[in-house]
Parts: sequence; C-alpha cells; structure tokens
Amino acid sequence: MSWLGPEEWQAVALSLKVALWATVLSLPPAIAVAYALARGRFWGHGLLNGLVHLPLVLPPVVTGYLLLLFFGSQGLGGRVLEAVGLPLAFRWSGAVLAAAIMAFPLVVRAIRLSIEAVDPRLEAAAATLGASPLRVFATVTLPMAMPGVLAGSVLGFAKAMGEFGATITFVSNIPGETQTLPSAVYSFLQVPGGESAAARLVIVAIVVAMAALLLSEVLARRMARKVAGA
Amino acid sequence: MSLKVDIGKALHGFTLNARFEAPAGITVLFGPSGSGKTTLINAVAGLITPDRGHIGLGGRVLYDAKSGENLPAHKRGVGYVFQDARLFPHLSVEANLNYGRKLAPTPPSDAEFDRIVTLLGIGALLARRPAKLSGGEAQRVALGRALLSGPKMLLADEPLAALDGARKSELLPYFERLRDERALPILYVTHSVSELGRLADHVVTLETGQASSLCRPEDVLADPKLVQGGVRAVGAMIEAVVVAHHADGLSELVAGGVPLFLPKVPQEIGARLRVRIAASDVILARRKPEGLSALNILQATVTGLRSGDGPGALVALHTAAGKIQARITRRSAKALGLDVGVAAYAIVKTVSIAQEDVGG
Repeated sequence: MSWLGPEEWQAVALSLKVALWATVLSLPPAIAVAYALARGRFWGHGLLNGLVHLPLVLPPVVTGYLLLLFFGSQGLGGRVLEAVGLPLAFRWSGAVLAAAIMAFPLVVRAIRLSIEAVDPRLEAAAATLGASPLRVFATVTLPMAMPGVLAGSVLGFAKAMGEFGATITFVSNIPGETQTLPSAVYSFLQVPGGESAAARLVIVAIVVAMAALLLSEVLARRMARKVAGA
Repeated sequence: MSLKVDIGKALHGFTLNARFEAPAGITVLFGPSGSGKTTLINAVAGLITPDRGHIGLGGRVLYDAKSGENLPAHKRGVGYVFQDARLFPHLSVEANLNYGRKLAPTPPSDAEFDRIVTLLGIGALLARRPAKLSGGEAQRVALGRALLSGPKMLLADEPLAALDGARKSELLPYFERLRDERALPILYVTHSVSELGRLADHVVTLETGQASSLCRPEDVLADPKLVQGGVRAVGAMIEAVVVAHHADGLSELVAGGVPLFLPKVPQEIGARLRVRIAASDVILARRKPEGLSALNILQATVTGLRSGDGPGALVALHTAAGKIQARITRRSAKALGLDVGVAAYAIVKTVSIAQEDVGG
C-alpha cells in the first residue's frame, strides 16, 4: 500500500492492532456475561444488563472521561495497572481498553441472542448423559452459539476499528501510539491540504469494514450449516 | 437394583404424589396427557426438584428432602430417552453415541459399543448428522446414546409418540429386548394401551398427579376406569408361543395349549409373544359355534360381570390361554344368561388382532 503515507500507514496498522486486541480480550468476558444474562436467574440481573449496555447509550466522551478518571495515572485502577507494568494512560493499551469497552455491549448482545436460541432441552439431555454444567456449556451451548459468537466478534471488531470519542478522550491522539484511523482522519481534516490523506484513510476504513462483514457472512453461513448438521 | 420413589410436587392446578418401588424390568407409567408422568420421571432424572420425599436407586440416595441430599442430574447415572430424540445437531451420530460414554464412571468398552450399535442396527449411520436421520433412526440413536452412558437405570418418556405406526413397530422390539435382558430397571412413560400391553412388567397408573402403587399390566388393561377410551379400549394380554407359519398368510400361536391364528407375525418359530385382545373384539356364545368364519374360539368360564350406566357390559372370562375380557350389550348378557361360573365360548376374529398389538 505504497499510496499510503508513513503516517497514514501507521494509523491503519495501529487501528488493526487495537481492534484485534480489543476483540480478543473482550470475547471471554462477553461470553460469560452473555451466558449469565441469557440463562442466569439471579439478583442484579437487570443491573448487570444495564451496566453492560451503558457504553452504548452514554456519550462516548463521557465513557472516555470515566476511563481517564479511573484508569488514568491518578486513578485507582491506573495506579494498580502501572504497578504491574501495564500503564494505560496515553498508551495504545489504553486505546485497546477504550475500544473493548465501547464494543462490549454489541458483542454481548449478539452472543446472548445466540445462546438464548440454543434449546435448553439439549442441555438437559447432555446433563442426563453425565455432563457437568461447565461441560454442557463447552460442548453443547457454546458450539451451538458459535455463529452468534462470530457475528459478535466481527461487530465488535468493526466497532473497535471505528471507535473515536472515548479513545481520544482517554488516550488522546498521539501519532504512532494512540492515533488510530478515525483520530488520524480527524487530524488530517484539521490541517490545510490534509483532505487527500483523509480520503485515502476513509477508503481504507470502508474496505476493512466491508471485508470484515463479508468474511463474517461467509463464516457464519458455513458455521450455521455445521451447527444445524446439514 | 430397584428404584424407590416417594415424592410430592405442586404443579399447575394439581399436586403430584407418587409412592412406589420399581424392580428390574419395565415399569410403565401409564396415564392420560397432563397427568404428571413426565414430571415424575424428570424428578427421577434430576431435571426438576420435588417439594418433598425421597428417591433412591439401589443403595444410592438420589434425592432426600429431609437430609437435603439432591444429586445433580449429571451424577445420577440415569439414561434418558426423550420423546424428541434430542440428538446434538452439531455432532455426528458416532460423536452423539460417544458423548455420554466418555463421561461414564466405567466407560463401556469398544466391544460393548459395537454390541449396542449392532443391536440397534445403526452401524451404517455413524458418520451421519442427526438432521439426516429419519424419526425412527434418530430415536434408535438416542436409545443407544443413553445406553452407552453406562446408566444404572433407563428412563423413556413416550419414546414412540412422535413416530408413525411403521416406525413404532420398528423401535418396540429394542425395548422388548432390553426388558428381557433384565440388566437395568426401566421406567417407561406412555399413554398407549398397546405399548403397555407389549412392554410392561409392572404398571404405575397416574391420574391428575395421583400415582397408584405397582400394578400388574393385565389388571390395568382390564380396567375401563384406567384405560383411556374406557370400555372401548379395555382388553386382555395373553402370552403365546409361535408354533407355525402357514402358507395362507397366517401364523399359528399356542397359548396355554389353545391354538390362536394371527396374520403372519415376523417372529421366528419358538418365539414368545404377547398378544393383546381388545374386549370389543370378543363375541360370546353359550354353545360351541359351528359354521363360523372366525378361527379363534376359546372355551371359557365367566369370572366377572360388570355393567355400567350405558347399554354395555364387560364380561371377564377365564380360558386355558389366560384371562380375557368381552364387551357385549347388557341385553345379550341377559339373553345368554351369563353369570359368574357359567361356561361360554369366546370368539376372537383373527383379523381383529392388530399387528401393532402383537409383540415379543
């Protein structure tokens, strides 16, 4: 991609890295939360549901500011993480956290729907065959919910790629460290003569998003066929 | 090994109360839909928790309200064949069969796997996906899957109800074989009189949640209050041995020294069968009839006479082949002078012994 300048290329690579990490890291907790919301009957069910969906409805700037308060170098979480050698403030790792939190509700929602679609009678059958609840989940529920997990991952990845408000508030817009693709487009539009660079990045954003959607469509179709046993 | 059940559970609209001990062989839970049959076996499986009581299998406590013991389903060692096979759609038939096998405390050997696959005739299906199976095939795989989980008892919840007539008779013999192997107690839920007739060693009847104690199947079949459809569905069960297959399409059976002719049965000569004779298919005569097209005429003695509010009467008879019942009108009973101790002839039309009511 020689038609991309070094700064633009840097932003694209960083965005891919951040989105990938955000997706991978948010997946396990998202599956756990989705399962709890889909199958669990416990006190605080509604509260957990609300909390998970909060980033979807809050202004991203507010989410970013809250992250800064808690995970900034002065925040409690930030100091703890810094002590174990994982500083977040103004680092690409912070961008991963911001993207993961913003993508989380979308990932949980997709997975939850697919878990709810799994017939609980199959889970009961697995239990009568000697499978513990954990094994039932790993061998019946999760494999059958896989198309939803995949859809959630792609949706989360796309959301993480495009995350802007919370990221720029939490970790700013530092080229090479926290300047993701959307931040770079924003920056290029602020300087005279930056329109062509911004346009190139916009094309990249569209291509990546389309490719992700098409890939997920193909994979989901193949997986759904496998799950349905056809 | 026997199953002890003494439980209560409040359900929508009524309370389930059951107290019985099921020994080896097939114990049929018999009753109309909504009478609590499925709830009862789900409690044994550990899929629901009763409100009170005790469930024990062999020496093990599965559930005990007083001590708070409640073994989770996956630790009960109870195989379950559901009405809807519930095969895992994302796994092959072979992987379905192996699902519980790997988890058994002492996993069934490869030889045992082969034996059950052969017994159920599912060897050719191993590589297939459940979606590609017929209803009968899926149910046989489900039975194999339950047996290969190394169960200490087997539960079956109307396993034939979702199948058509031909598929039913395809699957019934496998349950009969299991019953005759006597390896484990089987709790079998059904509302079908013919399944009860063919399979049951013992019966527990259920009516709006109230379970009877252990009954003999012939007593249940003869009781119009218990059999769904009332007097119309009442009948008797007779044990018979196949002695010949005739060239004209009939099979000759012998029950207690009395010959019975049936449309050709698939069982080999020497095989022991249960034949169900519906009371409405039996005609009575005081004198030995002659010049009659019916082939099966049994010498009988009247042992009971029961008449309800309607025009019908139910006559219990003792024959050399066993106890049978005849449903006739009260008027005929009076005209024939039927009473306890009176000798009579019971005429059973050959064709009226339906294929699906015959079993071994």
